[in-house]
Amino acid sequence: MALAMFLFFVGITLLITYWAARRTSGASAFFAANRQIKGWQNGFAVAGDYMSAASFLGIAGIIAFQGYDGFMYSVGWLVAYLTVLLIVAEPLRNAGKYTMADVLAYRLSARPVRAMASLSTITVSIFYMIAQMVGAGALVALLLKNSGISYRTAVIGVGVLMIVYVVFGGMLATTWVQIIKAMLLMGGTILLSILVLAHFGFSFPNFFNAIGHVVYHENGVEVVKDFLQPGLRFKPPYGALDLISLGMALIFGTAGLPHILVRFYTVPDAKTARISVVWAMGLIGTFYILTTFLGFGAATIVGRDKIATSGGTNMSAPLLAQSLGGDFFFAFIAAIAFATILAVVAGLTISASTSFAHDFYTNVVHRGSERKPGEEVRVARVTAFVVGAVAMAIAILLGPNANVAFLVALAFAVAASANLPVIVLSLFWKRFTTRGAVCGLGTGLVASILLIIIGPSIMGVDAPGATTAAHLIQSRPIFPLENPGIVSIPLGFVGAVLGTLLGREPAAAAKYDELLVRASTGIGAEKASGH
Amino acid sequence: MGDDQESESKIDDLTPEVGAATDVAPLGRAETKPAHELTAAEDSHPVDWSRVTQLPEFRAMVRAKLRFIIPAVIFFVVYYFALPVLVGYAPGLMSKRVIGVVNIAYLFALSQFFMAWIIAALYLRAAARFDKMEHKVIEKAESELRSQRDHKG
Repeated sequence: MALAMFLFFVGITLLITYWAARRTSGASAFFAANRQIKGWQNGFAVAGDYMSAASFLGIAGIIAFQGYDGFMYSVGWLVAYLTVLLIVAEPLRNAGKYTMADVLAYRLSARPVRAMASLSTITVSIFYMIAQMVGAGALVALLLKNSGISYRTAVIGVGVLMIVYVVFGGMLATTWVQIIKAMLLMGGTILLSILVLAHFGFSFPNFFNAIGHVVYHENGVEVVKDFLQPGLRFKPPYGALDLISLGMALIFGTAGLPHILVRFYTVPDAKTARISVVWAMGLIGTFYILTTFLGFGAATIVGRDKIATSGGTNMSAPLLAQSLGGDFFFAFIAAIAFATILAVVAGLTISASTSFAHDFYTNVVHRGSERKPGEEVRVARVTAFVVGAVAMAIAILLGPNANVAFLVALAFAVAASANLPVIVLSLFWKRFTTRGAVCGLGTGLVASILLIIIGPSIMGVDAPGATTAAHLIQSRPIFPLENPGIVSIPLGFVGAVLGTLLGREPAAAAKYDELLVRASTGIGAEKASGH
Repeated sequence: MGDDQESESKIDDLTPEVGAATDVAPLGRAETKPAHELTAAEDSHPVDWSRVTQLPEFRAMVRAKLRFIIPAVIFFVVYYFALPVLVGYAPGLMSKRVIGVVNIAYLFALSQFFMAWIIAALYLRAAARFDKMEHKVIEKAESELRSQRDHKG
């Protein structure tokens, strides 16, 4: 049954792609859906791009296993949108064309800045995508284990579908896949939450009392824990710092995530961009508040013991659906999870290939001009194909048991440490220079990657007798935090500021007035096109 | 049918399309084109940007925006980071139960959602005001531009 629902969803999305492909001609259509997406639609699309499988399945699992500490993720994921709303969305829409780098390159030397920005965009997208693909493969194989679909087949299936959406349907198809997925996800989550409440006789006191006394077994011993108490995940001595560091990566990273930023180019103007962020905040906030019911519901109704033996943390939400609504509801939630993964990888693919084609190929290699009309779109299509193939290959090589959760943390850390400082400084600091931008992007990128490599996600000593290697490097971690943000974000800013102070760039300062006027009024901004 | 109508309307309307292929052709003139013959791409810097930044309307708009955005950002950053700091360094306080098993930590986390929504709503309201100021800036900038051109012509 789950397979039938999967195929149904795939059928719908392919129809959308066919419809979009007939409407997609020209760069503005391919990269920015002709800038004709409405505010509420883009709100759903932003929410769809953001609420990945990591948040739908992952957050339910973390809360089901570690209670309150998991809910801390939910909070940060919504509050982060205030940074997007107040600082980034409108100036970006006003002053840019297709990518984040458009704004950075506005008054700086285009080639070095775009090359670095493109590198950081593609790094973020590929890390994020590999995490999604490995999760997708493992999940699909698990959800469809009765249909005989292996991990490898699942990864290839997801990869091929996402390439089809992006290559043929461009931004328009990707956007509509996101919108439909976001609607399904909200519907499923609301339904599941109502069922959880119904299970407790629609009584909040009953529900919260159950959360206060969650029973499970740890090393064969029965324990009773209050899951509303903090401290089940983030433990001393470094737990508090890690929590703050995570918060920094979320709050400052979201506004630097390339696949979120490109969404603001699909709407007609800055005002619509603003409205779409507010729509997205309504949806994302509602969803993450409801993770209370999903996560704690799984902890109390299904129980940690059962989840651990039937697929692990990521299966919490589907198992909850199964025990509340039977096999049909399980299939429904599984199909939503599948839709979520497909939509997010498609969104990542299009942002990576847009950045490569527009920033690197056209502007760095060919100094800002297309040699043949339509070349930029053609390059983007080829890139989407390559990016998809690379992500598939790496996901298959890593295998279904790879520990990839840190890749999402890494993507947020790079976005927060490399992209955000440079975006903010180029918008608000007249003196900012090309060297500052390159130093900032470079420092943030290198610092985040380095600190993750020497941190506990990669370095660590596995427990003797462990069947799968949990750490790539078997030695004590040099850097104690899982989330590097608290160090790497300041480093990104310091890099950008020091690089700027090393020299002057009168041309950049002279163009600041133009950027300021355009970013804050929208004079001369890219308009909607086509009919 | 549709095609016929389209070609008819094209014959009726002789105004050249801006950016159309014919418009880009050099038309055999080596000197600078008159303003009305410029394509949109050539005319991409019609505004004296520094002068716009000096307009009182523009400065008022930027000041108004900053007066909202800076306090809002400071407030939400402080309010948000209070949560992990308190959870991390004052777990005893945060674990204090308020209603049944519901403790301060959970209520504080929940309040963050409403904080974010309230700031977003306030910003929407303020932004409607900024939009009006923006229109004034654009009008002023355009009228300055017109008078500049008239002056030159």
